[in-house]
Amino acid sequence: MQSVLPDADPARTMTLEAYADTILPGEKRNPDDRAVAGVSTGGGAVASGALDVLRTEEGGMAPALDTLADLLNDHATRYADEHGLTPDPAVPPFVALAYDHRVALVRQLVAPDHPEREAWVSVAMFSTIAFDAAAHMHTTDALAAGHPGLTTMGYYGPDADGLWRFPSFSYGRALARPHPDTTPSGSPA
Amino acid sequence: MTVTESTDVLVVGSGFGGAITAYHLAAGGARVVVLERGPWLTGPDFDHDLKFGSSTTRAFDFVIGDGMSVLGGNCVGGGSVVYFAAMPRAPRFVFDRQGSIGRRMWPAAISRDSLEPWYDRVAEALPVVRQEWKDVPFSGGLFGAACDHAGRTANPVPVAVDHEKCTNCNWMMSGCRFDAKRSLLLNYLPAALAHGATIRPLHEVQHLSRTDDGGYRVHYTVVDDTDYRVAVGSGSIDAKVVILAAGAGATPVILQRSEPHLGRMPAAVGRYFSGNGERLNTAILNEDRVRDVLGLSRPDGVPYEAYQIGKGPCVANWDRLDGSLPEYSRFSLEQLYFPPGFGTILAQVPDATGPTWFGAEKKELLRTWRSWLTVFTMSEDDNEGVFGPPPERGNGTRLSQQMLARGPLRYRPTPNTLRGWAESDAAVRDILERDGLSRVMPWTNEVVGAYTVHPLASCRIGDDPATSALDDRHELRDHPGIFVTDGAAVPGALTVNPAMTIAALAERSVPGIVQAARERGVDVVYGAPAPDGGTAGRRGVLPLVGNLSRR
Repeated sequence: MQSVLPDADPARTMTLEAYADTILPGEKRNPDDRAVAGVSTGGGAVASGALDVLRTEEGGMAPALDTLADLLNDHATRYADEHGLTPDPAVPPFVALAYDHRVALVRQLVAPDHPEREAWVSVAMFSTIAFDAAAHMHTTDALAAGHPGLTTMGYYGPDADGLWRFPSFSYGRALARPHPDTTPSGSPA
Repeated sequence: MTVTESTDVLVVGSGFGGAITAYHLAAGGARVVVLERGPWLTGPDFDHDLKFGSSTTRAFDFVIGDGMSVLGGNCVGGGSVVYFAAMPRAPRFVFDRQGSIGRRMWPAAISRDSLEPWYDRVAEALPVVRQEWKDVPFSGGLFGAACDHAGRTANPVPVAVDHEKCTNCNWMMSGCRFDAKRSLLLNYLPAALAHGATIRPLHEVQHLSRTDDGGYRVHYTVVDDTDYRVAVGSGSIDAKVVILAAGAGATPVILQRSEPHLGRMPAAVGRYFSGNGERLNTAILNEDRVRDVLGLSRPDGVPYEAYQIGKGPCVANWDRLDGSLPEYSRFSLEQLYFPPGFGTILAQVPDATGPTWFGAEKKELLRTWRSWLTVFTMSEDDNEGVFGPPPERGNGTRLSQQMLARGPLRYRPTPNTLRGWAESDAAVRDILERDGLSRVMPWTNEVVGAYTVHPLASCRIGDDPATSALDDRHELRDHPGIFVTDGAAVPGALTVNPAMTIAALAERSVPGIVQAARERGVDVVYGAPAPDGGTAGRRGVLPLVGNLSRR
């Protein structure tokens, strides 16, 4: 469900995928998948299209993504230094971090006092929206394609005309006593 | 040469405060122009779609502030198009609140009793109906049953929903595809149009200046219909009377930006903002316990798994709406659905060993989404929000083409507000964690600060000029002919959904605005019936009109 723009830099793409996977992790897409840490079963934010959502023209994040990927790798380099880690030079520094270290670094970046907090919260927000809303796709198409996030959540599908209706919706009986001071209009007194 | 148009009454915004006043003034004979910064969408435009660019993002704004994020409508019909249509009246004690100022916040002229006839007018116009348990979706039934099990009461809330048309699709926040939600698109606004009012969508008012004849010039930007960051035109309209109803997150910003042109604003413009004391808790239900403890089962045998099914908040717990309790300890709790796309990110993992709002444990939590139940607290906050300097345009710097912006509102909850939230969190846990029914966690305030779908009080009515921007007739102090009739005018948190009270206050403001327009030479009278011609509400308020017409 994810796609990579032909002109996107693979290292930056991997870096942002690793960030999205830290927010809502998934299973590796293939045995060589380094961006996705593989700490969860089923698709996560990356398989749900996080990079596509981040890159949508509508979202407004696209112009900042290269800079953010580079910044994230700078932070990862610093983090690895501070923790005495020796990053694998074959992948970008953030991708080289194990999942728990990625989490620890992301917690620093989204902490209330971090100067770049707004940017990192935004990337987290868009990653989450990819998973819980598939905001880069029509919801009906996403469900038909088995979108990982909506499927994981058990999001019910629409009628044949693409609209949602729930004819069975109510337990259909009184389940509590009303407040004794309820007024004739049905409001509190 | 630029030609400036003119009109009798210029209304900024088309939500409750704008639509209601526009209707009555147009029906009374005034020339009325409504400028609305959002698009004009109707039934077929309301998508069941979470894709960027669908009505979900076109009609809705999410403005992130410093410590407070404001969610609100951005379309013709304003909040009424995207809200959940819960329409309770505010409890009696609310009107006696003192808040942070050590005296009654509300004008002496307004109480629950004096507002009742105006509530009745709104109830007739929309209309608002009582809800029966058979109309209540599984989520509301579950909350009601849990309240009952905890020895508490629970009420189906009055709503502006036509249950015959409602499909319980829960897409209300994207606008109602089925015209079941009785938004302003179905009553006041078409009636205003029928009386000659004009509505111009995608017109974002930036500031006001004065005209030589004592009126006002309203300066606007025309916004691109897809990318709201882009201005495609600008202009101005002269008016004898201006009604500001851009919403409590935008009205004060327009006035702040107008200060260099109009002169000093009252001190309360852009201060005393209230988020209606709002807070959310999400319960993760144990389906077996729902069946065994509450005896609940859907017709298909599943106990619950129905978070997605329904129509917003349908059942409320009002046990803490008790006027004998101390201020800041009173709140209501409502079962609520919050759709995906911001609807999951703030929910926290109970007993998390790692981060609470993201990570592997959060992913596991999302697997249980069908068994979520969100409970909405409306409490008494401390009016602690303050607007900083206005942004270049609009009420925020837009980050995305639609929906997402960063605004100048700063909010630091006081110990009073925090205490109310803590007490309501405890109440939700007591109801929903009892006997293993669920695990409950509040939404985090660490990501985007606190949040509200009911911004209030940023330009409020009152009797004290030091702490209220408007007099009790909604006229801006020291700037005659400018009225504010939206949620900004409400003095403080209401402990219930505020739309009914905002609408009632807008109805109540009309006789005074009519009188001000007449004094400025506009040939207009008060006395229109309900938008559908009903006259019961009018009969109820006519005895009150004389007092409201006098300064």
